[in-house]
Amino acid sequence: MNFWDYLVNQHAQLFADAYQHASAVFQCMVVATLIGIVIGVVTYRSEWAGSLATTATSTILTVPSLAMIGLLIPIVGLGVAPTVIALTLYGLLPIVRNAIVGLRGVDPALIDAARGIGMSRAARLFKVELPLAWPPILTGIRVSTQMLMGIAAIAAYASGPGLGNEIFRGIASLGSKNALNQVLAGTLGIIILALLFDAAYVLIGRLTIPRGIRA
Amino acid sequence: MPETTADTAPETTPEPEPERRETSGATIELENLSKRYPGSAEPAVDSVSMEIKAGELIIFVGPSGCGKSTMLKMINRLIEPTGGRIHIGGEDVTDMDPVKLRRKVGYAIQSAGLFPHMTVAQNIALVPKMVGWSKSRITSRVEELLDMVGLDPGEFHGRYPRQLSGGQQQRVGVARALAADPPVLLMDEPFGAVDPITRDHLQDELIRLQHELHKTIVFVTHDFDEAIKLGDRIAVLRERSHIAQFDTPEAILTNPADDFVSGFVGAGAALKRLNLTRVRDVGITEYPTVTVDDPLQDIFNKLRAAGTNELLLLDRHNRPYKWLRRGDLMRAKGSLARAGTLVHDTVTRDATLRDALEAVLTDNTGRVAVTGRRGQYEGVVDMETLMNSVHELLDEDRLEALEHQHELQEQRAQQTHHEQEGDGAGEVKA
Repeated sequence: MNFWDYLVNQHAQLFADAYQHASAVFQCMVVATLIGIVIGVVTYRSEWAGSLATTATSTILTVPSLAMIGLLIPIVGLGVAPTVIALTLYGLLPIVRNAIVGLRGVDPALIDAARGIGMSRAARLFKVELPLAWPPILTGIRVSTQMLMGIAAIAAYASGPGLGNEIFRGIASLGSKNALNQVLAGTLGIIILALLFDAAYVLIGRLTIPRGIRA
Repeated sequence: MPETTADTAPETTPEPEPERRETSGATIELENLSKRYPGSAEPAVDSVSMEIKAGELIIFVGPSGCGKSTMLKMINRLIEPTGGRIHIGGEDVTDMDPVKLRRKVGYAIQSAGLFPHMTVAQNIALVPKMVGWSKSRITSRVEELLDMVGLDPGEFHGRYPRQLSGGQQQRVGVARALAADPPVLLMDEPFGAVDPITRDHLQDELIRLQHELHKTIVFVTHDFDEAIKLGDRIAVLRERSHIAQFDTPEAILTNPADDFVSGFVGAGAALKRLNLTRVRDVGITEYPTVTVDDPLQDIFNKLRAAGTNELLLLDRHNRPYKWLRRGDLMRAKGSLARAGTLVHDTVTRDATLRDALEAVLTDNTGRVAVTGRRGQYEGVVDMETLMNSVHELLDEDRLEALEHQHELQEQRAQQTHHEQEGDGAGEVKA
């Protein structure tokens, strides 16, 4: 069976896997974004807290994804839970780092102006600092998403959802006639998803970055 | 009050005595204000006291690092003082919620500090929004303010800061500071980052605005010429914000309190003094004139009768047209069309003596014609008048400053007397 026939044959299964893959990445990204921005907001004003947050999240990233999921299985069991936890943790670093860099990069004169005209701490954060730090944060989110797309494939190891199942099935049955097709379909699916997400981020950027600071 | 049209001659200096003018400003009193940063032996600002009247434009001027910005930022408590009290409009604001305080005190900074992600209108609307104005009131206020600072509301309201020139940004910055009509306006080197020509223009605009609004303005600069141009009174600060001299520009120019001040005033104090006086303040003298329609014989007679070497020829609208010398008339041969030298510079009554001197020096007749509305002739100012009045002014200033110094010395003597009495209660009394 050639690759095209395989795709036609298996399209229902592939779509289901792709959907689950995208959905898992998307949900983990939402959680990682929220947690990441909160960590950034809490830590950016202090030198050591900021470096602590960056170091901690980058340490997480050095743990091999297979090992991470393997370690999580005895704690939270198989299936969705280890996948979501692992993906969220991996997604944190670029967001936390860019949030800290973005928030620290806001021109001190603007903070001075914001305080000087009587903006409260919260108003300053939500009306000035976060909007100005948003472009780098969004870049962090994009990088995170690309990364999670790949890592999410490993989730199949813990019986998680997604296109990883396709790849693992292929690897498990190496030598059989569909092995290559399966690995190829899973990989290409992930690449296409990643491109689609990226396009979506460009659109989100257009819609959410104020015209005055758009590059 | 959208009366920003420039048909009336801009009055560029506020009158030194703020008599009878309606003030919307508030008094500011600083009482032994100090700032000591933890870990440094010397205080950054050391027990400064100062009284600022409502509606006054006060300049803090001094070398960089003298703490003038720190002083300013303590007034709206962007920097919390470590000692002393601040009263604004008679109210002690030293312990008030700083956020509330700052909404009542306008704040404009160098390079405007506009938020780049907001439009001009959004930037200006920030404070009115925070203090809870209605939407319609904010909209009309934004239009009014843009108009007031000389920007066309229709054109600029939806623009982003990066689409504006430096000068325009600064105007918006001032508009934002004035948005909720605060009685007090703090300006921290607001014109420090724009080119000299724009700066000059912005200074003129500020003077015009202040004439309309009568806010209490505290303005920080390191440029002494800017200080002279704008200030009702100038506080020359030395290290740790010690006030070296706090007085009118005239007094500081003619009678600097010490070497530090005179060093800061720099050379050419007498020339700078010329900027503070207007042509209207010195005598405008009459000068024999003729009009282009007068018959030639009359002009001859007039010249003979006048006993001067020249006549001023006016055009049909009574505007200065040409200087006619005796020799010109001899050669005129019946027609004035090619005789005489054209008048190329005139001044108005609002011009500074410096402008007048400039005109007199460049015009080879040694005098300059003064014109009124629509360029009509009113009289002349000549070198002699200028010199005499400058001498008089300087003498007067010197006398005044001496008296003033005398008063100050007496006051100081009394103060030290009180302090030596050891009256501890004196320090805490309001």
